[in-house]
Amino acid sequence: MAYDKFEVLTSTAYPLPIENVDTDQIIPARFLKATERKGFGDNFFRDWRYDSEGNPIADFPLNDNKYAGSKILIGGKNFGSGSSREHAAWSVYDFGLRCVISSAFADIFKGNCLNVGVLPVQVSADFAQKLFDAIEADSKTEIKVDLPAQTVTLVATGESESFDINGYKKGNMLNGFDDIDYLQNMKEEVGTFAETRPF
Amino acid sequence: MSKTLFDKVWDSHVVRKIEDGPDVFFIDRHFIHEVTSPVAFVGLKQRDIGVMYPERTFATADHNTPTWNQHLPVADPLSANQLEALANNAAEYGISHWGLGHRNNGIVHIVGPENGITLPGATIVCGDSHTSTHGAFGAIAFGIGTSEVEMVLSTQCIMQPKPKKMRINVNGKLGFGVTPKDVALYIISKQTTSGATGYFVEYAGDVFEDMTMEGRMTVCNLSIEMGARGGMIAPDEKTFEYIKGRKHTPKGADWDKAMDYWKTLKTDDDAEFDVEFNYDAADIEPMITYGTNPGMGMGITKSIPKADDVEGGTSTYKKSLGYMKFDEGDDMIGKQVDYVFLGSCTNGRIEDFRAFCSIVEGRKKADNITAWLVPGSHKVVDQIKEEGLDKILEAAGFVLREPGCSACLAMNDDKVPAGKLAVSTSNRNFEGRQGPGSRTLLASPLVAAATAVEGVVTDPRTLIEVTA
Repeated sequence: MAYDKFEVLTSTAYPLPIENVDTDQIIPARFLKATERKGFGDNFFRDWRYDSEGNPIADFPLNDNKYAGSKILIGGKNFGSGSSREHAAWSVYDFGLRCVISSAFADIFKGNCLNVGVLPVQVSADFAQKLFDAIEADSKTEIKVDLPAQTVTLVATGESESFDINGYKKGNMLNGFDDIDYLQNMKEEVGTFAETRPF
Repeated sequence: MSKTLFDKVWDSHVVRKIEDGPDVFFIDRHFIHEVTSPVAFVGLKQRDIGVMYPERTFATADHNTPTWNQHLPVADPLSANQLEALANNAAEYGISHWGLGHRNNGIVHIVGPENGITLPGATIVCGDSHTSTHGAFGAIAFGIGTSEVEMVLSTQCIMQPKPKKMRINVNGKLGFGVTPKDVALYIISKQTTSGATGYFVEYAGDVFEDMTMEGRMTVCNLSIEMGARGGMIAPDEKTFEYIKGRKHTPKGADWDKAMDYWKTLKTDDDAEFDVEFNYDAADIEPMITYGTNPGMGMGITKSIPKADDVEGGTSTYKKSLGYMKFDEGDDMIGKQVDYVFLGSCTNGRIEDFRAFCSIVEGRKKADNITAWLVPGSHKVVDQIKEEGLDKILEAAGFVLREPGCSACLAMNDDKVPAGKLAVSTSNRNFEGRQGPGSRTLLASPLVAAATAVEGVVTDPRTLIEVTA
């Protein structure tokens, strides 16, 4: 599944300052029954966005109009823990987000995001707090995520922090490529390697 | 150069190292199930690429299968659709498929080892985070996303940076009533739910050496719950004894050759880890969780910590206790429970049913408890019957269900209703994990059994006669 290229993104952001947000919250298991990749955005954070009768919970940030249309989500520490379901990353993308910022990500979720075109940006706990504070003071706070420069910046103040991403993955995101494309060109090398495996 | 067990297995599977990028990593064995594989097959078709080594992939249906009346058509059309997709995809690409009703069917992480697909020194992946289970055999095993499932199908490789290395040593002897599940929940409570993020763990020391293969699987299974990519234990005579003669295990000369290799699979004496932790077996008591992640666990006799005493954000902590309807300082023992779940890839093996029966034998299920006892596979069911455990359960008022993931993630009908409290031998106590609004206490099969007969959270040690 190809995705749109990612270069520089400037957007407001949804704040979700809760730690250890797990993938069962991002997309509950009962919504994993599709055999095609579609419709996952509707059930993104389903049980935090809607009450048991299906009514939207107005003050939950993802439902709050003052953040509507944001392309960035800022989560608390250890965002995306739990299951390996790629559906969680799909639901982020399908909801309309291209970037998640946190002071720490769970490994599998982070990898899944990179594979589907969502940029996980890991910042220091202090900088994450700075972003939360700025958004709390002004919901229209713009954040600029510059992938070529590997920086995330509070546009109003110019405060900035750099983030890590390996050169290979960065190239993929900039060009909209994925690992499957890369591996297709390695089949011969893999075939030779496989001959050496004892089982 | 000295190497850890993890280094030895990882390094021998690197097809290509990419500068400033991940390793192209070869996968020996690949498990697929109905929930995380369909979209990968759609991807193969869209890209018009095939499956490179169908004999290295094994399909089983488990995540959303019913655990009652499996001989009837699956009632939920969406679940039925996924099961059909799995069967069709397996047939189209020549992949072995153990669907509902097949003799080898069961939870993927239980049937893999049972059939000798899981081997020491192998690399094993599956679109399921509890793939770490297979590390019990000295394999590198971890969960992957659906894009990676597509990668493995099409080229038998994934692209992953090599994780850092952690060793966790637990030495000494476990007290009575303390099970492998308690060891794992204890470690996770110390590490927190994210403490091992970025690491691959090796478990070492007396406690793991003394442990059965079933126990080691329980421990490795839960590695992901502290954020680790996976966990592994060096293979030993117990490992070789377990795998010998199973369906897919090497035979004859191949076995001898494999054994020569497997005996080299241990961490060299002077090999180094990025980080190492030591725990004392004597400090571990039967564990129970009280919050909404597996790191929020404690000894069953303890009371819920005060928000000011825990690391991390107090608002997150209070939100969690609020969901659980618990207060800081509450005792867990004596809390009224509604549901008991024995099963899952964590505790759905024969040893878990033996442990459960050791408590309920001669006792009766409490009237307020709804109990779901779900064996991990048909082979586990067979063994339960062979050992007469089914009779013990029946006499105590319990009913055995059919194999599947069941109430662990509640994709089928086995859902704990909103607000109800469950003691569960599974692996996650996340909000709504066992059904929207459900509240989960993770614990061992012994704690689950003691709770099932008493109707309230119960320390199993109060029901065990000490014969020593």
